[in-house]
Parts: sequence; C-alpha cells; structure tokens
Amino acid sequence: MATKNVLRAYGDREGDGMVQMSFTLEILPGDRAREAAKRFAEAHGLREPIVSAMEQCSAQHSYFVVYGHSVHSVDLAEIHVEELAAKPLDRDEILALAKQLGRKIVVVGACTGSDAHTVGIDAILNYKGFAGEKGLESYKCFDAHNLGAQVENVELVTRARALGADAILVSQVITQRNCHKENAAALVALLRQEGLRDRFLLLLGGPRIDHQLAVELGFDAGFGTGTKPSAVAGYVVERVLDRAARSA
Amino acid sequence: MATVPVDLSVVDECRALAGRVADDVQRYIDRHTTVGVERTVARAYGVIGADPEGAPLPNALVDRLQAAGALSRGVSWHLGRALLDGASSVQDAAEAIAYGGGSIDVAGGPSAAQARAALEGHTRAAIDRIDRARADREAFKARHEVGEAPLKYVIVATGNIYDDAVQAKAARFTGADIVAVIRATAQSLLDYVPEGATTEGYGGTYATQENFRIIRRAADEVSQETGKYLAQTNYSSGLCMAEIAWMAAVERLDMLLNDAMYGILFRDINMCRTFVDQYFSRRIVARAGIVINTGEDNYLTTSDAVEKAHTVLASQFINEAFAKRAGLREEQMGLGHAFEIDPWLEDSFLLELAQAQLVRQIFDRHPIKWMPPTKFKTGDILHSHVHDAMFNLAGITTHQSIELLGMFSEAIQTPLLMDRYLSLKSARYVFGTARHLGDEIQWKPGGIVERRAREVLASAHEQLAEVERVGIWDAIATGAFADVKRARTGGKGFAGVVERHAEYLNPLLEILEAGR
Repeated sequence: MATKNVLRAYGDREGDGMVQMSFTLEILPGDRAREAAKRFAEAHGLREPIVSAMEQCSAQHSYFVVYGHSVHSVDLAEIHVEELAAKPLDRDEILALAKQLGRKIVVVGACTGSDAHTVGIDAILNYKGFAGEKGLESYKCFDAHNLGAQVENVELVTRARALGADAILVSQVITQRNCHKENAAALVALLRQEGLRDRFLLLLGGPRIDHQLAVELGFDAGFGTGTKPSAVAGYVVERVLDRAARSA
Repeated sequence: MATVPVDLSVVDECRALAGRVADDVQRYIDRHTTVGVERTVARAYGVIGADPEGAPLPNALVDRLQAAGALSRGVSWHLGRALLDGASSVQDAAEAIAYGGGSIDVAGGPSAAQARAALEGHTRAAIDRIDRARADREAFKARHEVGEAPLKYVIVATGNIYDDAVQAKAARFTGADIVAVIRATAQSLLDYVPEGATTEGYGGTYATQENFRIIRRAADEVSQETGKYLAQTNYSSGLCMAEIAWMAAVERLDMLLNDAMYGILFRDINMCRTFVDQYFSRRIVARAGIVINTGEDNYLTTSDAVEKAHTVLASQFINEAFAKRAGLREEQMGLGHAFEIDPWLEDSFLLELAQAQLVRQIFDRHPIKWMPPTKFKTGDILHSHVHDAMFNLAGITTHQSIELLGMFSEAIQTPLLMDRYLSLKSARYVFGTARHLGDEIQWKPGGIVERRAREVLASAHEQLAEVERVGIWDAIATGAFADVKRARTGGKGFAGVVERHAEYLNPLLEILEAGR
C-alpha cells in the first residue's frame, strides 16, 4: 500500500475529518450557549458542528461535547522527525550489542528540581519496570542508579561524576507553568558551564516530553508517554557504543 | 451481605503486635521534642508575623534557642520566663528573644512550674481557640445536609488560591462532599510555613493559614448556596506537620492527610523527627475533632499491589496504634488504601474487592479512605474513565467511607473543571445504581475473594510479627514498607530533634495529653 502524504482525520469514511472535542465555557446551558459552543468549535476548524452534550457544571459554567468535520490536514512530506523507535531492539539484542563494549554502562537517573513524582524514572530504571518489561536494573549490561525524587541538578551532576556515569536520565512529570523545561534547561546550562556537557549522554523523559523538545533543550534524546525500558536501554547502548567507537 | 471471613484472633494479635511497635516508639517520643513542635507551641501562644524576607517569627524564635542549645527546656519555658521578667506580651517576648536582646541563658531561670504558672492564661486561651473553632465547625455543619458515604472527595490544584476557591465551589455545585487543595510540590520539605495568600505554586498551592481561611470562606458560601456541607482537607505532613495541624484546627478544617510514616518513606524525612512531629500533630487533631487520612495508598505506587497488599494492612494496624496513643478516636482514623492492581490482570477486580472488604471489616468504626487508580492510568482518558468506574463499583460494594474520586486525566494534568464534573457524575451514577449491591450478594465460600482475604490477613500478621521482633526503626531501614529503605539518623530534619531536659515545659501538650 502506498503511504499517503496528506492525512485527514478518519471517522467513518475516507476524508470525512470527524473529531470530537470537549470543553467548558462560562455560560449557563441554553440556546445562546449552544450557539456559542458551535461557534467555538467552528473557530477550531470544525465544519457542521453538532453539540452532543451541554450540561451545567458549576454555578456559572457549562460542559460541552461537540462533534464536527475538521477541515485540517497534515502533509507528511513537511514532517522531519527522527524516528527513535524505528527498529526497537529486544532484550537479547541489547545484551549482545552491549557485550562489544566489554564493561558495564553506568546510568544515573533522577526526578530533578521540586518534582516528587518518581513513577516515570522508576518505570524505566527499577527492576520492576513497566508494562510487563523489566527496567534497566534488570539488565546485566547496566549499572543503574536511581537517585529518586527532588534531586537538585548540582547533586545529580556530582553523583554522575562520582559514579562515572555514561548516561544521565532526567524525569520531569510536573509541568505546571513549564517548570519541566526550566529545570531541564538549567541542567544543560550547568553541565556546559562545568565543561561536562559532552561527557554524558543526556536523556529526558516525561509525559509532556518528546524528542524534539528534548533536543531543543540541549538533551541528546527525549522519551514521552508509554516509553518502555527496552526503548531507553537500546538507545543508550547504541549511543554509548557510537561514542566509544568515535573516541577509539 | 458480602463479607469475607476474618479470623478475629489473628486481628487481635495484629493489634497487639502493632501496639508493641508503637509503644517502643512512644518511649522515644516522650523524651524528645523538635523545632517543628516548638514552633507549633509558639504559634498556639499567638506568636505571629515574619521578617521582611518572609522568615516567620516562630522560626526565628526557635532557631535562636536551638542554636544556643537552649531548646531542650521548650519554647514555653523561655516565653514564661520572659513574662516573669516583665515582658508585656508573649509576642513581645518572642520578638525580644528572636531578634536579640532577650535572655536565653537557662542558668538561674525559673522552675518549669513557675514558667507554667506565668503562661497559664495564655495556655487556656490557646486551647480555647481550638475548642471554639471545633464548636463553630460542628454547628455550621449541623445546619447543612451532609453527604452519604462514600463521601465524594475531589482535589483542586491550580497553584493560585483564588482559582482554587472557584474550582472548590464548582465541585460542591456538582456533588463533591470534600475538597482538598493539593499542596505545592516540595512544600513538605520546607522547614517553615509560608505566610499569607499565595498565587504561585507548582503542582498545587502552598498550605498557609491565610489560604486555609480563603478556601473555608468559599466552602461556607457554597454550602449556604447549595444547602449541602462542603468539607475542606489539606496536608499535615512533612517537616511542618504539627504547625499545619494547629493552623487547620483553628481554621476549621475537617480532615488532614496525616500519616505516622509517610514523610519517612516518601519524602525522606528523618524518622525520629517524623515520629515526634506526628505525635504532637495528632494530639492537636484529636482535640480539634479532625479526621485524619493515612497514606498507605502510596505503598502501592512503588510496590506491586498484588504482592505487597499485606504491607498496606500491616501499616494500617501501625497507624491505628500510633493514632490511639495520640488520643484519636477510631471515628477520626481514615485509614488509607487504594485500587492500584494492574487492571489487565485477570480477576484483578476480585482481588480489589477482597482487600477493600477485609479493610472495611477489620476497621469497622473507622472512616476508611479509598484511593483511585493512578499507577496504571494512561493518556487514554476514555479508557481511564471506565477504569475509575470499576473503582467506584468496588467502593460502593464494600462500603468505603471516603472516596477520592479518580480523574480520567490523572496521567496528563491536574484536573480541569470538566474532568472533575465528569468524575462526580460517574460516581453519582455508580453509587446510585449499585447502592445496595454489597448487601444483596455473598461471596462464594472458598472462592477467589475469600481466599485472597485470608491470605492478605495472614501475610500482614506475619509481617507485623517481624516488625515487632526487629522494631520499626530497623524494619524501615530494611525496606519493610513501600520497598523504601531509610536509616534512623538519615533523611531531612534530624538536626531539628532535641532531647527534652528534665525541666522541659510544654503546658499545651500537658492539657492535650490529659487522661493519657
């Protein structure tokens, strides 16, 4: 099958553009409110919007669900994104690859700044893992250190140096007012200031992180929602081998 | 009625083991105080204000005593002594000591009895303030309709207290019974309580006395507008757990998240510090008639909910034992647990029902706090909504008391107004449609639910016996709870623990402990 280049949302028929959206507006239910919701949806590019729910949800707000035909499309030819997970490696492949290095790969991970949510870093690093896959601790080829939550950037760098880390994994879950970006950027700035940026492979993970954002912030790679430990493990092994080959 | 078999002799043994674990710690608690406890005492005596940099006067006062090695007498002794020396008020005495000038030389000072006598009127006033707030809260509540269990509890977490107030009112409007303002991330590690109303915070809004007032005012308004009472809760945990308990007591909060071990395990706060702080905080909470919510649900976010279910039950027995020793009645002990088993595991719903029913029966007078799925929530909000509905079904079937409602956007963001609306609507549906389900059915004798309940109780008993054998200090050090290991002298805040002098004075604690 030929890959299409211009994509529209597919509901029931090719090209119908069907999507649903939900939102609240500060108005009580009524005919004007319904019209307001329609126009709001139209302003988002939905043609023939149908307000399928309109319910009062506070003393002054209403909740709406609207269906409509999105006029928008995306052109794949204009999208330039590196496919990190193009050829995911399985556990045996990762271990076999890592053998070439002849030593363990040291990985240090933490939730930095004020972030207290370790669910992401735990999923990737801890033995227990995530979604049926065990974390990096379970791989013979890694020496994985999970520093836990609320680790300051300075402490993270100090520990990474002391442990002789190959890679630093940073998890940022809390995203209110973009604190995840500030925290992550501050780590990169700190490493640059100390002349250490190139010493470590730098990975960023979290529900609002993607590869492009991570690269913009000065990281080597970014991993978003649903990332499995093997994706991170495979990436780290390949890149550490690359770096070893280049410096050899 | 869908009960599970509970061997009462095993339950009695569990309580006895937990009691011995708590007694061991209580002996330590009774010989120590902390900077957090002493700051709470200062606040209760009316010490208020902060310096231009925002450092609260209670901190400046207690820090100066601590630095001089004079805190072992208790801040009360120093304030009483200053009054005997002619200070015009407790506030003047505190300022004089904090900002220099006031004597802190313990040699030649009054006896504890003399200092106690000098403070007598102030001590009475401090206790009266708690009692009055309790009476006001109970009178206001009695004039309004109160929700039916499971009470529907939702969170607001905008970071701005004024937006929080708007969202709290909206939540009551659509059926919430309890609103919690989620605290700014990392506040638990601040060794002071910020002052005033706050409009900036990551992941939540700072717990401050003024913020408590703002939410209570909004809750009072919406209770009057809708005729139904809206309760308020916040966190009494972290390095300021006792100070926050006092603020909550005088600002008419209804519930507090307050756990004897949570700070140790999940915030790496020193265990000596936490045990002493939790005791004083709970003494205040007991007097104020506040319901605590313990945090065992958190264990299942770091440990597997099938393998480690018994650690939740074991910890509930320990939290209960600590709470009893702090004077709390069972009706104030909202022991926590959660619906955190992998939803794709076959029959996981039956395992959840077994645990929920077991906890319900063992702690039959306690307002059990039931927490929603979080760990296995994904960005698929439509599926997550179904996951939450199953949680609601388990909650109503097993007669849980307080239910923190799941949010389908759990894995994405702090809840939007519409997320909370849909969550409340779904809970209202499930609670109504299955209201008497648990009364109408029986579990199959020897079936999955019964077997699971037996197994969890037996494992909890085994774990409690081990914790009692090694003591809680070593049990925590070896990762008995939540797979987290903490050392006795490690963690944050250990420097703030002080051994009490033979002439240590704390007249408030003496009254709160009356009848012990």
